[in-house]
Amino acid sequence: MKLTLKIWRQRLPKEKGKFETYYIENVSRDMTFLEMMDSLNEKLIQEDKDPVAFDHDCREGICGCCSMVINGRPHGPGTEITTCQLNMKAFKDGDTIVVEPWRVKSFPVIKDLIVDRSAFEKIMAAGGFVNADVGSAPDANSIKIPKDKSDEAFDAAACIGCGACVAACKNSSAMLFVAAKVSQFALLPQGKTEGLKRAWDMVMKMDELGFGSCTNTGDCEAECPQGISLTHIARLNREFIRAGFHKAAAENK
Amino acid sequence: MSNFIQSSIGKKFIMSITGLFLILFLLVHLAVNSMIVFDSSGELFNNAAHFMTTNPIIKIVEPILAAGLIIHLWWASMITLQNQIKRDNNNIGFKRYKIRKNNSTSKWVSRNMYILGTLIIVFLVIHLANFFWKMKFTGDPLLAHDSNGVENAYALVTSAFISWKWIVALYVVGAIALGLHLYHGVWSAFQTLGWSNKKWRRIFNGFGIFVSIILGGGFAFIPLFVMIKSMI
Ligand code: HEM
Ligand code: SF4
Ligand code: FES
Repeated sequence: MKLTLKIWRQRLPKEKGKFETYYIENVSRDMTFLEMMDSLNEKLIQEDKDPVAFDHDCREGICGCCSMVINGRPHGPGTEITTCQLNMKAFKDGDTIVVEPWRVKSFPVIKDLIVDRSAFEKIMAAGGFVNADVGSAPDANSIKIPKDKSDEAFDAAACIGCGACVAACKNSSAMLFVAAKVSQFALLPQGKTEGLKRAWDMVMKMDELGFGSCTNTGDCEAECPQGISLTHIARLNREFIRAGFHKAAAENK
Repeated sequence: MSNFIQSSIGKKFIMSITGLFLILFLLVHLAVNSMIVFDSSGELFNNAAHFMTTNPIIKIVEPILAAGLIIHLWWASMITLQNQIKRDNNNIGFKRYKIRKNNSTSKWVSRNMYILGTLIIVFLVIHLANFFWKMKFTGDPLLAHDSNGVENAYALVTSAFISWKWIVALYVVGAIALGLHLYHGVWSAFQTLGWSNKKWRRIFNGFGIFVSIILGGGFAFIPLFVMIKSMI
């Protein structure tokens, strides 16, 4: 396949970036998208040019690094896949492919297609943990959890923190990510120690870091590589509103 | 409590409560207006309208309603503006991505609630100036009281729809904007309140579509009905 690539190039975080056009030949339909990017970079290095910086690690859909908006879709065309799982079969000979970084104010561009997603880590540090006992490990299966609860917590725990939800959202809201992280603990007895405080602290951190608010449009759910459901956002809303009322009641005492 | 109201979810909580409250009002309003269709003498509608303007409960609800609308509008403007400013790391303003394809991943109405809301408010101002203002403050010769002191609101409303086609067009556009706003708004309000899971999400979605068709379709139907009836 022969392809035309229009890729966002930005040398430094504060510098103004722009789109550059590249032509690439001999792309095999069996390549993954990242392998195609690798071969572009090899070509650029041979021509003594600066290769395109993009984030990647596992290349099997579990680390959440490969953040790219490809032809107007976070992680490219297709549902429930990451960029590294995207196959070049999704494109045709002669196609033009536009590649951009996540456009999110709270995720500043570091270089080219790489953005700084440490805002997610700050939200996690604000409440995305459980208190654990010190001492010997408890017996496996000593805590009984109903199947539907454990299934739902497991679905939420599948979030890989990739940030596609924020990139897809018209408001750059991080609600789906925070909802997944709150849900995975809120449904389980292990998460009860921190209780409502978790939802409160994580949402307050999310707001402070400059993410937008939720309009319930659902682009996040549709673009999430892990299929995290909007119903987790409803649970987050529930937890947060309850936390708000508890706080108000405590203030009035 | 002020923390809660200023938080992103707190603001949305206010939006959903005020939105649902406005829907309740609109359902009552539509029920009263439907008398125009059911009774061509206008008596039923006039009596209902008279009851609505003089009833003490309505006197209490009216300012709450106005406050609800203003809060909904104000919060909507704040949320929408903040979201526009906050979202982009490239500062290219309205054009965030060079290409963005979200036609298949979300509904247009859900992405344009503010535009639909603005259409509703434009309609509302003209609507209030047309009827509410005349009935409450300036009066109109068409409104002449009968022996019981009941104003002839029926004459005022139907004559407007019969004499001016643009008013009918305006009402239909306003009703469609409202219907589209609620097509997303109703289920969204329940989602904001946290009332959703796998099962209830579908129920509220269906309920929302039902409410939007009833209110949007109902308010569009009445002026069309009056106009078409006068032509045949
Ligand atoms: C009578 C009229 C109206 C009714 C019944 C109504 C109802 C609703 C409802 C139920 C919601 C969903 C709340 C939620 O998502 O939690 C909503 C959202 C919204 N409304 Fe209205 N609304 C009305 C008028 C307006 C007006 C005049 C505006 C302003 C221009 C407006 C702007 C918005 C916006 C921007 C949202 C979405 C906010 C967001 O989630 O980002 N609405 N409305
Ligand atoms: S919720 Fe989905 S899209 Fe968002 S960070 Fe987690 S895995 Fe990525
Ligand atoms: S590189 Fe790890 S998810 Fe794509």
